Amino acid sequence: MSALQLVLTGDPGLFAIVRLSLLVSLSAVLFAALFGVPLGAFLALTRFPGREALIVIMNALMGLPPVVAGLAIFLLLSRSGPLGSWGILFTPQAMVIVQALLVAPIIAALSRQTIEDLWVEYRDELAAMDVGPAQRVATLIWDARFSLVTALLAGFGRAAAEVGAIIIVGGNIEGFTRTMTTAIALETSKGDLPLAVGLGLVLILIVVVINALAWGMRRAGERYAG
Amino acid sequence: MINRRTVMLAAALVASIPILATSVSAQDKSIVVSSTTSTQDSGLFGYLLPLFKEKTGIDVKVVAQGTGQALDTGRRGDADVVFVHAKSAEEKFLAEGEGVRRFPVMYNDFVLIGPKSDPAGINGMKDVAKAFQMIKEKQAPFISRGDRSGTHIAELAIWNKDAGIDIERDKGAWYKSIGQGMGAALNTAAASDAYVLSDRGTWLSFKNKGDQQILVEGDKRLFNQYGVMLVNPAKHQNVKKDLGQQFIDWLISPEGQKAIANYKINGEQLFYPNADDKSA
Amino acid sequence: MHGPASDLPLMFVDASIVTREVTMLDRITLTVKPGSPTILIGPNGSGKTTLLRAAMGLVHLSKGRIRWGDRDGDTPPKNAIMFQRPTMLRRSAVANVRYALAAANIPRAQRHERAAELLALVGLHDIGSRPARRLSGGEQQRLALARALARDPTVLFLDEPTASLDPYSTKAIEDIVRAVSARGVKVIMSTHDIGQAKRLAGDVVLLHRGRLIESTPAAEFFATPRTEEARKFMAGELLV
Repeated sequence: MSALQLVLTGDPGLFAIVRLSLLVSLSAVLFAALFGVPLGAFLALTRFPGREALIVIMNALMGLPPVVAGLAIFLLLSRSGPLGSWGILFTPQAMVIVQALLVAPIIAALSRQTIEDLWVEYRDELAAMDVGPAQRVATLIWDARFSLVTALLAGFGRAAAEVGAIIIVGGNIEGFTRTMTTAIALETSKGDLPLAVGLGLVLILIVVVINALAWGMRRAGERYAG
Repeated sequence: MINRRTVMLAAALVASIPILATSVSAQDKSIVVSSTTSTQDSGLFGYLLPLFKEKTGIDVKVVAQGTGQALDTGRRGDADVVFVHAKSAEEKFLAEGEGVRRFPVMYNDFVLIGPKSDPAGINGMKDVAKAFQMIKEKQAPFISRGDRSGTHIAELAIWNKDAGIDIERDKGAWYKSIGQGMGAALNTAAASDAYVLSDRGTWLSFKNKGDQQILVEGDKRLFNQYGVMLVNPAKHQNVKKDLGQQFIDWLISPEGQKAIANYKINGEQLFYPNADDKSA
Repeated sequence: MHGPASDLPLMFVDASIVTREVTMLDRITLTVKPGSPTILIGPNGSGKTTLLRAAMGLVHLSKGRIRWGDRDGDTPPKNAIMFQRPTMLRRSAVANVRYALAAANIPRAQRHERAAELLALVGLHDIGSRPARRLSGGEQQRLALARALARDPTVLFLDEPTASLDPYSTKAIEDIVRAVSARGVKVIMSTHDIGQAKRLAGDVVLLHRGRLIESTPAAEFFATPRTEEARKFMAGELLV
């Protein structure tokens, strides 16, 4: 059955895979952002010994190999590992965790750059208006929101494309932890290359649609706020 | 501005609910079975598991890895049941106290796959050890799973024991160990006109055969036995021993065995049930 | 809009800012009294901007002190500044003013009305909902003025507010400054435009190379400059 047929007939198996892919990647980006944006803001606005080293490490982690991250989380979450009692190996939660780990450095590094650039612009005015530190951070994050959304999209791109880490911690279990990318890997290994290519095109299409939506949101927002 | 932030926060919480919900509902009646890529890639589980679920309501989550990796998953307590095809490795597993008891379930056979051009000239040979020797002599390209899977273990046994070749020492550039599953090995062999040892089930259901075909089959040494074991709950408290045992019992029951025999691709049977053969 | 009297006079006592490369302020001792605007003049690099920023607390003195009236240093003075190139927050014009009001701890209930008043004062009431960054240079300068006034300051610093504006916008700003000054806000403004100084000044302060050269009431300064530097500056010669 070609991928196109699956799409047109609304095949529930395909739908479940797409749904899980989006759920896992979007959740991962969300959690990564909750951690990464404040971290980026913190690094942008503060100065302390070791700050530069921390920034270098964070930038380097953007290139963390997914399989390495997958292996690390696998060992953590395995029943015989330190967090084994959580019992979440081979579940979507584990996939969200490992993807959040991969995506957080990207979001933090890009946030830091964006917020630092904006801080240079806003610094005098915010100081002149006597804005307190917490409000400063909130204002910078809010005013930089469109650039931050681009950072989130970069993170989402990495998450949606990723397969090595989630196959290790998720186990590619049918109907449970199988996503678009792991399904593509599976169909490839079953030799059904046309289906694998088709699924790949569906995945690309979805990612393009999400980027288009974000772009549209950004344009609408810019018209309002300039 | 506060309103928008609240909305964003709410959206975040809402987004995380489905992830949590999935976990709660799915863990109700389910087991994790670590098995081999051959049982997955051949489509056998896709056929059997819905039957089992209909009968017992138990969700079987299959993590497909090579035999070695599948047994390690059992050793770590990350699976409830292991279902693999390397008797020596399984017996070692039992001896370590990691499993409760081994039950033979089914068998199929390995087949030696190669290109139509057959550079080593082994087509139709009945002795697989001799075929391996000819491949080495002609230095014809050969793909090895290289991943401690049941197929890999069987392949090594043919080299080392039956053909008398110390493959680790005597291999050359013609021998490519890829460290991946059966499907990946078949893909690689098809793309590089190489020989590869495969289980018949995966081969029959493989969709990228190209001009590869079965060149050697039927040798007794190509017999491939599958066994199932419950991971020892004494060693790992979290093992769902009742549900796991139900799965094992079903596999070796007349009903399960019949289902296994009924799985066919293009009218050809892939696996032969033999739970009643105590020596298997 | 009268602030507490105790913010003024503003006194610089031997104030210096010295960096490794250059002396930005050199032992400035100056008293600024309440009343009509005090205009800082001097060539580029003379320390006008630095003096204003130091008074706002944006840059620290290396030596000396700044005293605000009889404040003891615990309560901050009510001051505000408008920069030469103000930065607009990425939101609408009225939202910029509301932001300044919020930062000045004006209760939420009053902000809407106050913002409307301030926009009306600077003549931007009909474009309040436009994105601030899309306003023209003159409009942005007026909005910055509205933001500064949102703090209800006793002292309003302006750093060359019309340096990059056309005559129409310049007049608009000068009119607002005059109106604000008439309401009792002490204006301290720097400019390199002698004409503007003549139009607005109550007192003139001449700086050169970080040093205070003269501090004189306007009429006297323009009629009979006391120092050689003042005479040269007024004659349009380059002060080096």
